[in-house]
Amino acid sequence: MKFRVEREVLAEAVTWVARGLPARPPVPVLAGILLEASDEGTVTLSAFDYEVSARLTVPAEVSESGTVLVLGRLLADISRNLPNKPVDVEVQGSKVQVTCGSSRFSLLQMPSDDYPTLPASPEPSGSIDGHVFTQAVSQVSVAADRGDTLPILTGVRVEIEGDKMTLLATDRYRLAMRELTWNPTDSAASHIVLVPARTLADTARSLGASGSIDVALGSAAGGDGLVGFEAGSRRTTTRLLDGEYPKVSSIFPSSSETEAVINTAELVEAVKRVALVAERNTPVRLRFTEGQVAIEAGTGEDAQASEAVEATLTGPDIEVAFNPGFLLDGLGAVGTDFSRLSFTQPSRPAVLSGQAEVDGEADTSYRYVIMPVRFAS
Amino acid sequence: MSRRQFSLPERSSSEPPDDTGCTILHVDMDAFYASATLLSHPELVGTPVIIGGGNRGVVLSATYEARRFGVASAMPMTRARRLCPQATVLAPDHRLYAAISAAVMETFRAVTPDIEPLSLDEAFLDVSGAVRRLGSPAAIGAQIRDTVHDEQGITCSVGVASTKFVAKIASGLAKPDGMVVVPRDEIIPFVQQLPVGALWGVGEKTEEQLLRLGLRTVADIAHTPLPTLVRGLGEATGNHLHQLAWGRDPRSVQREHREKSIGADETFEYDIDDPREIHRHLLKLSDRVAARLRGARMTGRTVSIKVRFSDFTTITRARTLREPTDTSREIYETATSLFDALGLQRARIRLVGVRLEKLVAVEAAPIQGMLGEADNGWREADRAVDRASARFGAGSVRPASLIDRGRSTARDDRDLS
Repeated sequence: MKFRVEREVLAEAVTWVARGLPARPPVPVLAGILLEASDEGTVTLSAFDYEVSARLTVPAEVSESGTVLVLGRLLADISRNLPNKPVDVEVQGSKVQVTCGSSRFSLLQMPSDDYPTLPASPEPSGSIDGHVFTQAVSQVSVAADRGDTLPILTGVRVEIEGDKMTLLATDRYRLAMRELTWNPTDSAASHIVLVPARTLADTARSLGASGSIDVALGSAAGGDGLVGFEAGSRRTTTRLLDGEYPKVSSIFPSSSETEAVINTAELVEAVKRVALVAERNTPVRLRFTEGQVAIEAGTGEDAQASEAVEATLTGPDIEVAFNPGFLLDGLGAVGTDFSRLSFTQPSRPAVLSGQAEVDGEADTSYRYVIMPVRFAS
Repeated sequence: MSRRQFSLPERSSSEPPDDTGCTILHVDMDAFYASATLLSHPELVGTPVIIGGGNRGVVLSATYEARRFGVASAMPMTRARRLCPQATVLAPDHRLYAAISAAVMETFRAVTPDIEPLSLDEAFLDVSGAVRRLGSPAAIGAQIRDTVHDEQGITCSVGVASTKFVAKIASGLAKPDGMVVVPRDEIIPFVQQLPVGALWGVGEKTEEQLLRLGLRTVADIAHTPLPTLVRGLGEATGNHLHQLAWGRDPRSVQREHREKSIGADETFEYDIDDPREIHRHLLKLSDRVAARLRGARMTGRTVSIKVRFSDFTTITRARTLREPTDTSREIYETATSLFDALGLQRARIRLVGVRLEKLVAVEAAPIQGMLGEADNGWREADRAVDRASARFGAGSVRPASLIDRGRSTARDDRDLS
């Protein structure tokens, strides 16, 4: 095998594919990146850890086709540090020679015969705007569980009904839901899948810069246990989580007593400052009254802080306490200048949604439900 | 109750002891569990009786008649039986002990609010505020002894002194059924003629170290230069013992006894290798620990289990939860998952224990609610069980898997905190 490729092209491709390399490979070959040079003038790079596969095709001057497996992280480090000149890659015996200008590297070939077969390239079930998808995934994945008590909750639940896509995640303390539209190839498409939140967020971020992302689900993804994403020449598949996601429809409060509209950035700043005195597991308290919300933290002999922020209130006054981290996650995800908080009772879930104008309508395509902190009576 | 017996030192003067300023009383029931049990067995009074359970348990208490044979608290039952084969062995009745203890503490409370209970059967009292109302500390001590005897039918011994540690030693010397007053100006000779083992904080290890340094009596310690003590025993112990040797004990009677952890364990009658059986015991212990936690108005974040195998190797495992808890269910689930994670293959187990650590007062432990949780969950169920227990006795409401068929009395097991 022998090919020549631009340094920029190689570095970007290897870096992207190497993201999917396992930190502790269960079998040694999985630490490798597979390079396949084709006579059609392309080189395809692949990485796979049985959960996630990444595959990318770049143009190259191929003088001899072939397949070779090399240590992925090493190749990534090398290609990032090469001088800006064309790179020659050639197999010589058991070694792979990487030459760029006057620098030469000789890498050991790994046994490519042992490398597992990657999931087949998925057929798209539809496509979605890259920017919208990336934003939606980041809005929802903040609420996914990071612990390991309930593995199912580390996933984002993706529900598809025709051209409606609903993303949802919860760790039982808060729940984030985003509704968006996409372009399915089949207008009667109907799927529910659970994608690991970390992988989904990584994938969305790494593909989001492209204008449009193809999504493959169900049999189109090459099996029921997979979801596939493709943007430009980048293709990735992810193994889905298996299991029954808890019923969440009853969690959204059906009505609200008090609603407050606040400038998102001002509230974020104030909560961050006040939370400095909130020790682990202690909440920030929000007291909503006509025209303002007073934010406080700390009690008794501990350090205390308070700050007030302007708020437009409808309904009776209310005092609610939240874990500051959970509140900030939600406020950081709404993505609008103003935030609307709706309450029923201090012990019941509150709903956060965004809106563009202080006196406008709430945009309920994104909702973040947060369970308050209460004190033992 | 002191671990070792010391004889009462000779007093230097023949006058009645001057109790001015001796406002600290240490009151200790005499052979509490034995005396209390004998209330319902009057025919056994004056005979050797051992209170303890089964073959595998330890001696909880013994009458003075049995102690004469060398039987002591915390001794394995098998050993006690060998020492005193003629003794009657009775099972403990923890509910009775708790009731008597509560009544005795109530008697103390009528004297002073400054009470520091050390266990069910002993407490420190600071009577400085009661002297004007009830008379001198010695008179108050005598009064307490009479009241406890009249109302509960058991005897207690009282040590009267100006510091906690001298009062404690004095009550040990007063036993059984007596009172010892150590006047302020006699503290130093009183303390210094004691053997080193009498000092608070001197266990077998430290005693050995002291003897190796040639220090047999407290006077020896007192007259050893502090740097030498610190070099031989370490900074903390050296300083501490030197202070005590000169009768100085700055600790005051602490009304609130703040617990650092709450736990319970159980030694089985026979070794158990059935994990389901162990789970049942973990449930019982979790239930008990949680009830005590709630009684103390505390919550804890770290659940730990202790497992002792038949060869006495002992392991502990702990997990820190995301939120502090006081619910039986959550403690049980954590305890069983810790136990299951050991992956034991029918290992023979002698003892299991459950403990809650990193305790925080309920008021200082906010509860992060969970989405979709019922208004009335396990927390509320536990509270209801507590109310039923308060009214009908502990264990009147308990998990169905813990109902012993054919046995109504609680099994013998020990609570340790």
